[in-house]
Amino acid sequence: MESLLIGCGAGFSGDRLDAAAPVVRTLIQRGGPAALMFEMLAERTLAAAQLLRRADASGGYEPTLKDELRPVLADCLRHGIVIVGNFGAANPAGAARAIIELATELQLDKPRVAVVEGDDLSSEDGQALLKKCLGAQDFESRAFVCANAYQGAFAIAEAIRAGAQVVVTGRVADPSLALGPAIAHFGWHEDDLDCLAGATMAGHLLECGAQLTGGYFADPGKKDVPNMHDVGFPIAEVFEDGHCIVTKAADTGGRISAASVKEQLLYEIHDPCAYLTPDVVADIGEAQVRELGPDEVMLSGVRGHARTDTLKANVFFDNGWLGEAEISYAGPNARARAELAIDIVRKRLEGKMEMRFDMIGLVSIMGDDAGRLLSQVPDGGLPDVRVRVAGRHHQEAMIDLLHQEVTALWTGGPAGGGGVRVAKRPRLLLRSCLVPREQLPASFRLL
Amino acid sequence: MAREVLLYELAHARTGDKGNRINISVIVYRQADYALLERQLTAERVAERFAYRRPTHVERYLLPRLGAMNFVIDDVLDGGVNDSLNLDMHGKTLSFHLLGMTMTLEE
Repeated sequence: MESLLIGCGAGFSGDRLDAAAPVVRTLIQRGGPAALMFEMLAERTLAAAQLLRRADASGGYEPTLKDELRPVLADCLRHGIVIVGNFGAANPAGAARAIIELATELQLDKPRVAVVEGDDLSSEDGQALLKKCLGAQDFESRAFVCANAYQGAFAIAEAIRAGAQVVVTGRVADPSLALGPAIAHFGWHEDDLDCLAGATMAGHLLECGAQLTGGYFADPGKKDVPNMHDVGFPIAEVFEDGHCIVTKAADTGGRISAASVKEQLLYEIHDPCAYLTPDVVADIGEAQVRELGPDEVMLSGVRGHARTDTLKANVFFDNGWLGEAEISYAGPNARARAELAIDIVRKRLEGKMEMRFDMIGLVSIMGDDAGRLLSQVPDGGLPDVRVRVAGRHHQEAMIDLLHQEVTALWTGGPAGGGGVRVAKRPRLLLRSCLVPREQLPASFRLL
Repeated sequence: MAREVLLYELAHARTGDKGNRINISVIVYRQADYALLERQLTAERVAERFAYRRPTHVERYLLPRLGAMNFVIDDVLDGGVNDSLNLDMHGKTLSFHLLGMTMTLEE
């Protein structure tokens, strides 16, 4: 049976808008059946989208959706390249309407757009179910924001088989965006475990876009990647037995090598012999990665085990506010002045909120919130150092106070302090739990 | 004579995050170095390396066919991407902290 090409158009919400077009051009050039996936829904992104939808019932889907699809929608529809994306976020139906609107703007025939549903657990029934799975304690002590379960690939496949040209989902497992078109194409069943697992790992390789082709990888002199400014997005050729060959969009920068494939293969994996998805348990314990040629790498030997009886759900609760404020000091004795600035803020706000202090340029990442590492790092005659204060509190007004205190260092702090910047955002608490699968059937409907 | 080298010279690495748990893959450039890493790059040593981030548990998974190992490190993100006060709330920079470890070449 003919293989299936699956390209990746985006690897996160807000990814580069010019990435998908070269992928689609390559899919068309290579010919044969093809799909294009968009993965745009990190853990936090969906919670943020749920908040947007609360503020505006017509919103809550990927804000860049039309800009992402505008360069490729006509070509995909014309060449039968099915588009699958989780850009529906908190409002898949809204996203589907936006896509139909875009088609009208582009003077295209109305596309057949399907919406996959069944992931949202924010309703009263959903919350009642979550209380059973998560325990009532969190629900009683905190303000619930939203919850979504990770749905799988089969509803996507059914939508494609029913004629959908674009499939919009909310929360589905990222690799399911690739597995769905593969199931539709090859006609795999739930017990074709090795095939499902192989295509799942193909989807896993694709789901972060440039992370397979040199992004999050390049290290000058050690892992050199050509033309990173124009890094091309990946394409997987999936075969009937589930193995795949990954390449990238033609005439782009970046590089796919065994090394980049291995890094992405293990990205966000815990037990490599039990990568749990809603569709299958994938096992890369005996998998092989082999370079076939330049920018051409094969993944084979992935095994599958039967899927579990549960789906993972992410549950978000309000968790107050995060505030950050920064100020810089330069030249002789900069560190001592930075330390004095920290001391002033600490004493002004002591006992009022949890805080963390960093000295950017000295140590700002490696230490823990208590600053135990920072206190032991000698300064090597720094040209400048930037103080960062981060604080959390359930009241936004207290975050404003943190901003005021750092801003007041302009005039009331150590000598030569400059470059104050402040920022704040709501914080969310994430709890994950497992929900019985039969309680959460996924379904699709064509618009 | 034993000689010390940075792990960075022998392997490359990548961090992924889920909640307050990260994984760091470590992949050798040359398969010949894998056995050395298997002996020296233990879960205990990795836990020590991240002592400042107070990990509660480190698990090591071996993938000899890929020349890789996978470290799963719990609770080093000060609460994780939705909760952390740390600038690097995902822990994405931590793979290079791991690569700064010293290995002893066995002659």
